Amino acid sequence: MTLQTTWFFLWGLLWAIFFMTDGFDFGVGTLLPFLGKNDDDKRIMINAIGPVWDGNEVWLITAGGVTFAAFPKVYAVMFSSLYSALMLILFALILRGVSFEFRGKVESAAWRKVWDACSFAGSAVPALLFGVAFANIFEGIPIDQNGIYQGNLLTLLNPYGLCGGVLFLLLFVQHGALWLSVKTEGDLQQRAIRTSHRLWPVTVGIAVAFLVYSKFATRLYDNYMAHPVFFLVIVLTVAALLGVRLFLGQGNYGKAWIASAITIVGATFFGVIGLFPNLFPSSINPSFSLSAFNASSSPLTLTIMLGVVAVFIPIVLIYQAWSYHLFKSKTTSEDLDYEEAY
Amino acid sequence: MDVVWLSRLQFAAATMFHFLFVPLTLGLSILVAWMETRYARTGDELYLKMTRFWGRIFLINFALGIVTGITLEFQFGTNWSRYSAYVGDIFGSLLAIEATAAFFLESTLIGVWIFGWKKLSAKAHATVMWLVAFASSLSAVWILIANAWMQHPVGYTIRDGRAELVNFAAVVFQKFAVMEFLHTISGAYILSAFLVMGICAYHLLKQQHVEFFTRSFNMALAFGLVFSLFIIVEGDLHAVDLAVKQPAKLAAMESHWTTTARAPLYLFAVPDEKNERNSVEIGAIPGLLSFLAFRDTGAVVKGLKDFPKDERPPVMLTSFAFKGMVGLSMYFALMMIVGWFKRNRLTESPLYLKFMLFSIPLPYIANELGWMLAEVGRQPWIVYGLMKTSDAASPVAGSQVLTSLIAFILVYALLGAAGYYLIISHVKKGPADA
Repeated sequence: MTLQTTWFFLWGLLWAIFFMTDGFDFGVGTLLPFLGKNDDDKRIMINAIGPVWDGNEVWLITAGGVTFAAFPKVYAVMFSSLYSALMLILFALILRGVSFEFRGKVESAAWRKVWDACSFAGSAVPALLFGVAFANIFEGIPIDQNGIYQGNLLTLLNPYGLCGGVLFLLLFVQHGALWLSVKTEGDLQQRAIRTSHRLWPVTVGIAVAFLVYSKFATRLYDNYMAHPVFFLVIVLTVAALLGVRLFLGQGNYGKAWIASAITIVGATFFGVIGLFPNLFPSSINPSFSLSAFNASSSPLTLTIMLGVVAVFIPIVLIYQAWSYHLFKSKTTSEDLDYEEAY
Repeated sequence: MDVVWLSRLQFAAATMFHFLFVPLTLGLSILVAWMETRYARTGDELYLKMTRFWGRIFLINFALGIVTGITLEFQFGTNWSRYSAYVGDIFGSLLAIEATAAFFLESTLIGVWIFGWKKLSAKAHATVMWLVAFASSLSAVWILIANAWMQHPVGYTIRDGRAELVNFAAVVFQKFAVMEFLHTISGAYILSAFLVMGICAYHLLKQQHVEFFTRSFNMALAFGLVFSLFIIVEGDLHAVDLAVKQPAKLAAMESHWTTTARAPLYLFAVPDEKNERNSVEIGAIPGLLSFLAFRDTGAVVKGLKDFPKDERPPVMLTSFAFKGMVGLSMYFALMMIVGWFKRNRLTESPLYLKFMLFSIPLPYIANELGWMLAEVGRQPWIVYGLMKTSDAASPVAGSQVLTSLIAFILVYALLGAAGYYLIISHVKKGPADA
């Protein structure tokens, strides 16, 4: 029980870290056509996430891998049920990854246009679809007793699912705009700051709508009603979102970005806590739901994996923190001069 | 169309494309790290130029390897959900360990290497590349342990309708995994050496940047020579292990139909699967198959006819893949040995250089053939003796898989074309530009 519960929350934590880190990469990619007025701007934007995006993406691989290792049945049913959506995400991620690497290697406006389009789609599509997928999980997925999905891609695009998608997209774009406010200077920075200001009320509006909508579309609040102490997570998340605006107004973009990071982690945990112990609830019949208790690996595997995670995740956090520290200075046009830059 | 077949085609396409990039990542990272270390130690600018020139090829290749690798992990869930649910307790944990222990390090540090030229000392920067190389080889360790478990499942019990782990050490340290790792990594290193040597040959034939490319050539040569000889010894031992653990694959590799003592090895044979015989058999060496498989020329080798028809792998593909791989590996060792004697007068050996230039694709073919042998030769099993491939696919619609398969082919073809275009144009420009 304890082991499975621990893994349930670790699972949530890994997804939360993925959204917190790769989230701003998605945001910057989505903003590329809007904030990048010329080639130099665009290159600065890409190079502002250049040193870290690849390591950030591995949180996804780990979140996926841990789902496979700790909850194999969930991995199997989740990934096959969400087949089309996941394939779209995968193709988007493929295009995003190569775009960064390929874009700057040929001096041709047409070549760069192609990869800019790929960077944009490769960032915006996963941001939206991860939100759609998780919102659908929150409301329940039409799976039968054998874990077979009774729907299609359009089933996922229901109003609540779309609301979740838009919320994720906005949170990530805001996160990316704040990252650029920290990492750039001059006109580009001013545009990023203005964007953050403009996005904030919209994000708040959608976030409130999502919280209210969740009351009607999902059973997430059942756990909160049973254990009101968890409402603190929602309070903290909302406070962090308010903090974004506060720090933005003070011109303290670093703190605003941290507040935005907390908002994203909090938003993820809002859902994760509400879901417990379900990882993949069935909307057909609650007894078909896959939970931490009926879909987990053996105690031996869970124990070994707990050891692996306990040793390696802190190490990963240390060297990733070192890498962020190493590249903490602003990305400027000088950084574009040397040849390995994107 | 049948979901199992479409999923197999998709997995084959995705894996084979992925494996166009993985071997070069594994080997070239070491060569680049070695070059940069030499620069850090000697201060010789030529080594720095080498690091940058080969490093750029490495990075383009690396990007393609990474993005195509992500899809593989997720395909087990999307396309092979029954397999995933059945073996996830063991197989899933190996993939998760790969991500946490190795892939993180590799992906985080590659960013540091690309952007850290001015932020780190030459020595520290070279160390970062060594760590990238170490992490990518460590990735290979875990992935190949996982694959070895599919080839020869150990350390598990069947409980509640699935395979559950009982002995982690047995899974991780089993001999089949060690052999598979040594084999794959050697193949990858040979491929990397040939690529570097072939590119060097291109410029040496034109008598340009002679010092730069001679040095690069000789570093790759030393690296490639060791592993092209090693893989022959190791491959032989791998086959001895395989003979016991996967007898049906062994029989298919050699298109050996009838159980006999003193089984012969044919230098060339064309299997006729319908009539359970070989339509062509040339150059029989009596007892050699018995010897190679069991170290005894009189040993009995079980023939395909003694396996039920629905437990035989496709013989034609398996045997051609095996023989092609072995033939090529002999050629690789030979070319490395010749190179060793010519290493001080490369520009005077245009014929050899031409051979090396046109040999660049051959190790790619050999690597792919090796995987075809491993995976096709294991059929009809997805986990040898435990689960059949036909029972492993997801309950998804064939149209979904067909759509994604077509998308994979289109996207990968375009990416491959763009990637190789970038690599080739960089190679042609030469180091002056780098």
